[in-house]
Amino acid sequence: MSFRIESFGLLTTVQDLGRRGYQHLGVGPGGAMDEVSHRLANLLVGNPAEAATLELTLSGPTLQFKTETLIALCGADLSPTIAGQPVPLWRPVLVGTGTQLRFGRPVEGVRCYLAVEGGVQVPGVMGSTSTHLSAGFGGFQGRPLKVGDRVEPGPGSGERYPSLRRRFRQGQSLFLAPDWFVPWSRDLDFIRPSVLRFLPGPQWPLLTSASRQSLLESAFQVAPNSDRMGLRMQGPKLSLERPLEMVSSGVATGTLQLPPDGSLILLMADRQTTGGYPRLGEVASVDLPRAAQLRPGETLRLAPMALPEAQALLLDREVRFRELEGVLTELQSR
Amino acid sequence: MPTPSTVSSRNPPLQVEALGDRALLAILGQGIDPGVNDRVHKLAALLRKVNLPGVLDLVPAYATLAVHYDPVAWSGGEGSPHEALTRELLRLWKGAGKASTPPPRQVEIPVCFGGAFGPDLAEVASLCALSEEEVIARHTAATYRIYMIGFSPGFAYLGGLDATIAAPRRATPRTRVPAGSVGIAGMQTGIYPVATPGGWQIIGQTPMRLFLPEREHPCLLGPGDRLRFVPVDAEAFRAYAEKGR
Repeated sequence: MSFRIESFGLLTTVQDLGRRGYQHLGVGPGGAMDEVSHRLANLLVGNPAEAATLELTLSGPTLQFKTETLIALCGADLSPTIAGQPVPLWRPVLVGTGTQLRFGRPVEGVRCYLAVEGGVQVPGVMGSTSTHLSAGFGGFQGRPLKVGDRVEPGPGSGERYPSLRRRFRQGQSLFLAPDWFVPWSRDLDFIRPSVLRFLPGPQWPLLTSASRQSLLESAFQVAPNSDRMGLRMQGPKLSLERPLEMVSSGVATGTLQLPPDGSLILLMADRQTTGGYPRLGEVASVDLPRAAQLRPGETLRLAPMALPEAQALLLDREVRFRELEGVLTELQSR
Repeated sequence: MPTPSTVSSRNPPLQVEALGDRALLAILGQGIDPGVNDRVHKLAALLRKVNLPGVLDLVPAYATLAVHYDPVAWSGGEGSPHEALTRELLRLWKGAGKASTPPPRQVEIPVCFGGAFGPDLAEVASLCALSEEEVIARHTAATYRIYMIGFSPGFAYLGGLDATIAAPRRATPRTRVPAGSVGIAGMQTGIYPVATPGGWQIIGQTPMRLFLPEREHPCLLGPGDRLRFVPVDAEAFRAYAEKGR
């Protein structure tokens, strides 16, 4: 069981739920930018949530499957096709031996997660399979995938969705998916402007009142130099009442930093572990997958939210994940 | 905006503020101060020892300790997960004894100064109106405190530089500073663990590998350690580099 990269996309990396327990050594968490899509793709093929997936960015690669493989695609719609036929997202898909999976025009979102039954098999470094791009370790040899790379899935049961497998083997098609899907795309909300809810932080009251007002009332554009480290925002310049000298302190994924040039940066998965810029707050974790799917040039708005509410939404999402796991376990036995 | 929770006790007060919905900051003082930083490392050591459920990362900085956690592990009690974990931190800090911090680890770093290893040594010497030998002597006389690690994997923020050898950053940053380079930038000195672009004045280089991701302990240096630089010649540098391979 393996597949081969026939053409590489803009940026295709191996990711998991991130590296934990090394931030005190300056090693950030990394991991899937959109953890909801990553987890769903894994659950659909019967993997644990932390199994490694491929994170495809805007223009996907072309993959050749050497054997029959159970896959799932979740997140951005990058027009996946097999032999010209569209491959549906948000559901398990059986692909046949020798099949070529291609991607085309990005329809909505930025990052699509490809899970294979058994997970992408790469050695873990510091307890994680995610790719640390700047230091060049983890994932697939510490780098994005390129043409000719052979990716090996780990051992899968090969027995999930038995009736789907039977139908697939009796038919003539190159791939087969059930007609149901997990309706979680609303968690990503592809409607623009996207609304990111944030918890005001310690330097929020130090903004000028005009800056506070423009932050809450303006639309921001995602700048072209946004990447896995952070989303840079273009919009009204924001300023503090008076300059603030700060020493470096821990930051989080979701931290909204205000550098001296007055343009907001939203820290994402490949962020640094500490920072010295004023912190206006943190985007609620439930809204980070949505942020991960914003393209350069797209618009967003920021809306304040209280911490207890943000944590309640996060706990609620975990309950939905557990319920879904139960449903999928049942479906995978049929 | 919620008011930060505080507690007074034998230990100086601890302030807790949210760092989003999956992390919080324990604030133990302000600025760059050895006493404040001692308290940060004391709290970090205490939390590592008690190993609270759902705590994923502890990130000591100059005056704060970031605690990254899974809110699920702190749900189901009274109030939000943030409130539950904050209560527990304040309780632990209140009960923490005065003399619970282990002595800091001492690390010696061999450095070959000047020449190809330290292309900016001459400039630093001229900026500080000292001879190159005096810059080396003052740089190696001090014991440095590792206040925190950040910026990039294994990059240590050192405190304790002799003010007479503080030199401004280079006007134009280098596009690639080799791994192991020892630099000065204002009142800061540090070692580049991996090759990166950088604007610090490079006065020497260590053959020690500071960051090895495949190792069980990937970083040679840890936050809270004490560090001294020991001058070595080019021959010793090469011998050390060979041995380390």
